[in-house]
Amino acid sequence: MANGSGTPTAFINARLIDPATGYDGSGGLLVGGDGRIADFGANLFAGGAPWGIETIDCGGKCLAPGLVDLRVHTGEPGEEHKETFDTAGQAAVAGGVTSLVVLPDTEPPFDDASLIEFVNRRARQVRLPNVYAYGALTVGLEGEQLAEIGLLKEAGALAFSDADRPVANAQVMRRALYYAKGFDALIVHLPQEPALSSGVMNSGELATRLGLASCHPLAETIMVERDIRLTEMTGGRMHLSKISTASSVEAIRSAKARGVRITADTAPQYFALNENEVGAYRTFAKLVPPLRHETDRRAIAEAVRDGVIDCIVSDHRPQDVESKRLPFAQASPGAVGLETLLAISLELYHNGYVTLPKLFERLALAPARLFRLPAGRFEKGAPADLLVFDPDAAWKIEPDDFRSKTGNSPFDGKPTQGRVLGTLVGGRMVFRDEKRWPATTAATAA
Amino acid sequence: MTIRTHIPAMPSHLLGIEGLPAATIVALLDSSESYIDTSRSLVKKRDVLDGRTVINLFFEASTRTRTSFEVASKRLGADVINMEVTTSSVKKGETLIDTAMTLNAMLPDALVVRHQDSGAVALLAQKVNCAVINGGDGQHEHPTQALLDALTIRRRKGRLEGLVVAICGDVLHSRVARSNIHLLNTMGARVRVVGPPTLMPTEVDRLGVDVYFDMKSGLKDVDIVMMLRLQTERMHGAFVPSISEYYRFFGLDHEKLKVAKPDALVMHPGPMNRGIEIDSAVADDISRSLIQEQVEMGVAVRMACLDALIGGRRNALPSAA
Repeated sequence: MANGSGTPTAFINARLIDPATGYDGSGGLLVGGDGRIADFGANLFAGGAPWGIETIDCGGKCLAPGLVDLRVHTGEPGEEHKETFDTAGQAAVAGGVTSLVVLPDTEPPFDDASLIEFVNRRARQVRLPNVYAYGALTVGLEGEQLAEIGLLKEAGALAFSDADRPVANAQVMRRALYYAKGFDALIVHLPQEPALSSGVMNSGELATRLGLASCHPLAETIMVERDIRLTEMTGGRMHLSKISTASSVEAIRSAKARGVRITADTAPQYFALNENEVGAYRTFAKLVPPLRHETDRRAIAEAVRDGVIDCIVSDHRPQDVESKRLPFAQASPGAVGLETLLAISLELYHNGYVTLPKLFERLALAPARLFRLPAGRFEKGAPADLLVFDPDAAWKIEPDDFRSKTGNSPFDGKPTQGRVLGTLVGGRMVFRDEKRWPATTAATAA
Repeated sequence: MTIRTHIPAMPSHLLGIEGLPAATIVALLDSSESYIDTSRSLVKKRDVLDGRTVINLFFEASTRTRTSFEVASKRLGADVINMEVTTSSVKKGETLIDTAMTLNAMLPDALVVRHQDSGAVALLAQKVNCAVINGGDGQHEHPTQALLDALTIRRRKGRLEGLVVAICGDVLHSRVARSNIHLLNTMGARVRVVGPPTLMPTEVDRLGVDVYFDMKSGLKDVDIVMMLRLQTERMHGAFVPSISEYYRFFGLDHEKLKVAKPDALVMHPGPMNRGIEIDSAVADDISRSLIQEQVEMGVAVRMACLDALIGGRRNALPSAA
């Protein structure tokens, strides 16, 4: 078995999914004894399993770069009863995520370099996926005073964000963009105009029927437009997170066409679900931003296809029962997503929106490039962060089976397709679904 | 034992009007009629709920609705316990579920619940074994208010079908408006909502109403004018510039009422803000105002609802669903 302990491992009989080249076809891959990709290609091991090295037969299943998830909330530090790095790590590798970036909205928030070092240390202890951290953009995530972007970056913060809290003050955001430019730091923003988005679900007929305070979809677009103009004004870089509306997509599309350095992500819930999911006050469907209208959902799926939206993130946000078993207005927002990220994203493939290499561009290649991580592609010498999956395996989403500490998934009970069979981080098999993909005894040819 | 009207398709809880079939509404109103007679008798007691326990659980301050339910329960012979849970200091949600579980363990037959959050009563109903009546949840529904309004209208106009009803004022924050819209639409009335655009919910027209932004066109030729209380306590931010401006354009006085049908009647769920949404001269005009009658009908309707949910018949025929 591949363990990164010095023995090379051959992956044979695989369906390679290479987002960098768009290749989707049979092939093999060799992981070196150093845990890095030594070789790969359509013809590698085409003549059969090599002699003398460990061999893993993929049985025709897909082999792809591991997912790179730019948006994960953990409960550590401060809310360990909701999630720890251990449980988040296990959930990540079970979901095929080999690199993840932890959001800074913990208690205390990551506005101090020591907390970035804390994340790095915890990640080394857990040793499952690669774990990175955001630095806070402003002190206390309060949107007023800039956080120590330089020091945080030096400590290892990959990008800067106030997580789910928008920076309301345009002057603060303008200065943040200017200042970050000097450090070539990326700002990641959740675009929601706060005064217009104080409601708890999307505005429309259902909110009116349920008597719930609502957020207008344009609360997002107004902020997207502002951020685009500020990015243009400063010549900085900004990544807009969790895009959920059709009009935001249009704004981003035209900004990109003008050459503004804007990128964007969304989460599976925004292209797989719409506001009707709230139904009769279902708090698992309470999210930030809220689930939108069906026309928005379709626009988001199309934007992922067209590349207006560059990345798909899980936006994993664990909430315990006590935070969700409340009247809708009082319930905490958010959904766990690490273990459903691949399956729900595969809906875009099954529904004909994207090819598998294109899907992995959104799930692995683009996020890795954006955050400058050595991941998301097949590359000789790169760490062997890999994923074996069956895109067609049917299963029912049962939050009780999640490795995550909490089960707050809006996909609760839904049938889905596509299952992670095995996950490698640095050449080491950190997850294997023994039931669906039993380990074969040693190399047949040895 | 008294013979009661059978209520077709009566749900096990009364959480809202939306989705309630016309036949159920008609049967509840018919049953209420008989309880008007009870309330007007010298001996106001019936034995329908003998030995039953009803708990009034109010998370939001209320005098009128709570008293009305209390009177209704007592006239049917039930034991009534009133609980007012003030939620200012404690974490509200925990109180809701924990209180529900605690009360449930005392085996009441019915819980009448009012809560400041939409959907809270339905959430509570999932956690208990007894019947739950929604006494008003947030901005969602207030079903017994809509039923009592319908009973009041039906007694004075002889019907609901075909009437034109204008619901005026703070529709955005009003659960009374929502329940009334559902009920009146189900019964074939024509519903209008009248008020400033800032007090209209998004896409309210999709609930099957005509929307008017001024009283003059909104009240033209209507049969019923339902005024709503301006819920200043739920308003955070700029909804209307001032009380005096609101009164000038949306307060109901005899002048504005002139465009309605000559026999148009005026209603208000109470408590009234005199001089804000309604002029005292209109509110106290016994030829036009049904406001006192609404209060009386409230008791009758609540008696009918309690009877339908937990009346003796259910025990006599345990398999009846």
